[in-house]
Amino acid sequence: MWQKLTDSEVKERLAEMTLPFNRYGLDPYGVSREHLGFVFSLLAPLYRHYFRVQVHGIENIPAKGSGMVIGNHSGGIPVDASMVLASIFFEMNPPRLVHGMVEKFAQSWPVVSPMFFRMGQLPGLPQHAVRLLQDKRLLMVFPEGVRGIGKLYQQRYQTVRFGTGFMRIALQTGAPIIPFAFIGGEEAYPTLWHLKPLAKLLGAPYVPVPKHIVPVPLPIRCSIHYGEPMYFEGDGNEADDVIEDFVAQVRQRVDQLIEEGRVSRRERLRREQAGRVAE
Amino acid sequence: MRVLVTGIVGGLGQAVTEQLLLQGHQVMGIDRRGWPDAPDGVEVVEADIRKRPAEDVFRTFKPEGLIHLATVTHFSARPSERFRINLGGTRAIFDHCHKYKVKTAVFVGRHTVYGAAPDAPLYRTEQEPPLGAATFPELADLVAADLFAGAALWRWPKLNTSVLRIVYALGPSGRGTLGGYLAGQKVPTVAGFDPLFQFIHERDAAVAIRLALEKKLRGIYNVEGPPPVPLNQLCWGTNRQPIPIPQPLFRHVLGRFGFPKLPPGAIEHIKHPVVIDGQAFREATEFKYEYDEVAIMDGFRWVERK
Repeated sequence: MWQKLTDSEVKERLAEMTLPFNRYGLDPYGVSREHLGFVFSLLAPLYRHYFRVQVHGIENIPAKGSGMVIGNHSGGIPVDASMVLASIFFEMNPPRLVHGMVEKFAQSWPVVSPMFFRMGQLPGLPQHAVRLLQDKRLLMVFPEGVRGIGKLYQQRYQTVRFGTGFMRIALQTGAPIIPFAFIGGEEAYPTLWHLKPLAKLLGAPYVPVPKHIVPVPLPIRCSIHYGEPMYFEGDGNEADDVIEDFVAQVRQRVDQLIEEGRVSRRERLRREQAGRVAE
Repeated sequence: MRVLVTGIVGGLGQAVTEQLLLQGHQVMGIDRRGWPDAPDGVEVVEADIRKRPAEDVFRTFKPEGLIHLATVTHFSARPSERFRINLGGTRAIFDHCHKYKVKTAVFVGRHTVYGAAPDAPLYRTEQEPPLGAATFPELADLVAADLFAGAALWRWPKLNTSVLRIVYALGPSGRGTLGGYLAGQKVPTVAGFDPLFQFIHERDAAVAIRLALEKKLRGIYNVEGPPPVPLNQLCWGTNRQPIPIPQPLFRHVLGRFGFPKLPPGAIEHIKHPVVIDGQAFREATEFKYEYDEVAIMDGFRWVERK
């Protein structure tokens, strides 16, 4: 069924992907080629036409081997994660699958839980991160965690505290860190307040209510800015202050990329406005 | 080697016996059930492993190796009986091993002792705690038996003890926990969930058990076969029909409408995966599975449905 719903470009790109699929099109983590095909076919129009994502620095993501893609959470719903996933699939040649570390609460939800597994988006556990990196896979981590998606519109583009677990795992596995900034998610889904009773009912940390009330992201142009890989020396058993210093360097780089991304967006908007006035 | 096999009449017991005989071992068995057409040279004593006739087998046969397969699950025994057989029986067998100077003992356990939960990791190693009883109380006796067998490593250091946590064994015999779940044409699944299931052909499981004995393995080891497959794929691959049932209704349909009777705790194991990492066992024994996931499911397609 899924195959019929997969577009031809996605099929071609999936054929170039170097995942160890078995005869059923499944890899050892339960990632399904058919499900990838279906979901990337759904993401393609969102990525190209709805959010019109512009990607900078895709060459900074390693073509093979392990790597940790680390960035800011942007907006009340994970538009950022799905667009990063799409950018690495549609812009890299050959395409790669980036494994997200999903919040644990989502694993209890019917339909959502197996869909995440088939897409290679595993529960956010250190065991999964270590194993995937040792298997030379690419990992996507938002070190702000649920705190990041809980930010209100007035706190947009201000990163909150980064967890430190990702750094110990990067050191333990020798994986490079590729920092990125996601711009546009805060405007696509500007969170005004949280519906706490509904969140409690669903077992979710937040149910964000956007400015435009309807819980659907707006068609705002987004951009992703990947920075150069960062390498750190160590084995993951360093003292907390050493790790916190490394994490601060990553956060600082993400903040710089956010600033660069916002400046470049302002310039682009100015150019577009000037063009319209000239017309 | 003189090898005593408890629970020899079960599907896995018979496959282990075949493997041991192929390698020239001398085999004797204990089981409450008889085995009328047992292979030549294999004597089966019909006895309860906790009773005196079982000890007599140790006294007279003087086994050098023991393979302990005589544990039961919720499919075949009531709770009180399970505790008596799984815990009382395991204790008696290990006491006899020590008393009659058995050199190597293999306890055949299950990978389900790790337990299924939404936040449990895939590919669990032997260092992970066995949390099975937390969500599946009917596993408590098997978890306790697994831990008790592992305690023999320090209690009787001269006895080479290995505890094998083997994934579901599936094969033409149609027996075993997974065989019981897939026994009918309709297989109940929890709507909206499709966990990975990990299984091994019963013949490969038998080879793994023989290797653990021959290599005089010490310690706790996970034993896995081919990569896991989603439950729905497993149903289709074995020519069964998965029937998704909303979770609130699930426990009410079990044992009815042709569905297998499962305890409520089993629901977590049908919602979430229990997937283990068998690297340590492979490195210690050079074990390689012969049957891949497709061959195993094909082999089960023709098992008579209940």
